Amino acid sequence: MLTDEEREEIEAEATHYAVRQAAQIDAMKIVQKHRGWVSDEALGDISELLGVPVTELDAVATFYNLIFRKPVGRHVIYLCDSVSCWIMGSAEQFAHCRARLGAAPGETTADGRFTLLPIVCLGACDHAPVMMVDDDLHTELEPAKIDRILEGYQ
Amino acid sequence: METPLTQNIRPGQEPLDREAYERAGGYQALRTALKSMTPAALIDAVKNSNLRGRGGAGFSTGLKWSLVPKDAPHPRYLVANADEMEPGTFKDRLLLERDPHQFLEGMMLGSYATATDVAYIFLRGEYTQAAKTLTRAIAEAYAAGYLGKNILGASYSLEIHLHTSAGRYMCGEETGLLNALEGKRANPRTKPPYPGVSGLWGMPTTVNNVETLSCVPHIVNHGAEWFRKLSRTADGGTKLYGASGKVKQPGLWELPMGATAREVLDRAGGMREGVRLRGFLPGGASTDFMTEEHLDVPLDFTEPQKVGSRLGTGTMIILDDGTCPVGMVWNLEQFFARESCGWCTPCWSGLAWVERILRGMEEGKGQEGDLEKLTFQTKFFGPGHTFCALAPGAAEPLQSGLKYFHDDFERHIREKRCPWG
Repeated sequence: MLTDEEREEIEAEATHYAVRQAAQIDAMKIVQKHRGWVSDEALGDISELLGVPVTELDAVATFYNLIFRKPVGRHVIYLCDSVSCWIMGSAEQFAHCRARLGAAPGETTADGRFTLLPIVCLGACDHAPVMMVDDDLHTELEPAKIDRILEGYQ
Repeated sequence: METPLTQNIRPGQEPLDREAYERAGGYQALRTALKSMTPAALIDAVKNSNLRGRGGAGFSTGLKWSLVPKDAPHPRYLVANADEMEPGTFKDRLLLERDPHQFLEGMMLGSYATATDVAYIFLRGEYTQAAKTLTRAIAEAYAAGYLGKNILGASYSLEIHLHTSAGRYMCGEETGLLNALEGKRANPRTKPPYPGVSGLWGMPTTVNNVETLSCVPHIVNHGAEWFRKLSRTADGGTKLYGASGKVKQPGLWELPMGATAREVLDRAGGMREGVRLRGFLPGGASTDFMTEEHLDVPLDFTEPQKVGSRLGTGTMIILDDGTCPVGMVWNLEQFFARESCGWCTPCWSGLAWVERILRGMEEGKGQEGDLEKLTFQTKFFGPGHTFCALAPGAAEPLQSGLKYFHDDFERHIREKRCPWG
């Protein structure tokens, strides 16, 4: 069941478009904002609310990088692996995160605190290498700095 | 030197709010347009300014606006493409985060010119700071009567909505973006019909880049001729140029259109100690490499094409001699392969092959014939074989990499290792 809050937020987005089905991406993002990911059950609820078949919702969900169809950790680390960050040593940052977290890209730490994901260019190339943790951008990374940053996400 | 796009942006300072923007002359262009310019006159001014699209394709903005037929039905839409996902590109972020009202005023003017009823900002999901800044600025604009019904007492009305994307490179492609806004997978659409005739929900739709729209208030305030004269070439205006990679001071600079890579590199303080320049992608991942011999080519929409490249987004990615060119091309093609929307066979299939061959070379498994296969693929997913321009874009760094760094590719195969590894 969608919560009243989720339903209200989705309905508000739906008014922005010529047809309410267009709000399906917003709807999944809203559910994910509240629950961390989008379950099969949530897809069913969104399907009912917006009149979009579940199969189409799933096709859309799996197309986009930022919609998760599996549970993720309490915090998601998006480490840029595109070209400017690569030139500036992102491979070292990936190796460090992997070793520190005991989780490879795409995996969640055993304690459920972090999910580590590679992400495409974050548009902050003048401060490479960069990552986002949840909604926050962190720049000019090096292993010691990553350690300090991650301490802030319990 | 005039720098209209960044005149309100100061290092370490919050973006101007609505009142401060007005004190700096903001929303004067909107007043002028609504009071004394017909939409046709506004389109003519932008045409005469020689403003060309800053998203990378360089299409004349005034001409694009004129492609919406005069008797076209309503509602009409305008979409600001703020899906900045071209690797190595970070210019629109600055304009969105640091001068949101300049951008919104440009959107309003573009909307007025095309008799648009509803405009969307299509913002990439990762630009969370921009989303906050824009949400506040839009609310301020509504409160001041710049948006909504009968703007500033005129008969014109406009709504603006912010859409934050769920992330995919393809969303930056004009027709893919329209599908994404409709809530679908961002696959491309056939052209024609062009979006100006049939776009969002089949209605007339104009899609413009953030930097493009941000130029428009200045054209209205100072005139088309003034804007043309900001540039050193036939393409009007200034341009946000950038540099990333192993330069001393990576960053962004507003320079006259037609500035050279040498000037941009100078602004960046030159190369870092211990490394030398080997080449650069002039405007994002999907542009052809240029090299030291091209440092004095004016970076506008015409001159780089004469040496086999293009301006793209104007944010340069620098390749230094301490970095493997094959590894760099592999990284780029990995991005394109992963982000391909899967609609056209040459793109999803060809890019997967290319990525695999390049990975093999980097891992010491390069084989005789690999270079011929790569060259074939650049033709296979080059221009004319796919619905959209992203596959030909993916061919650009590969084909030019093979040309300029041929010996490095051969060495990987011959020595069965990456010499930089």
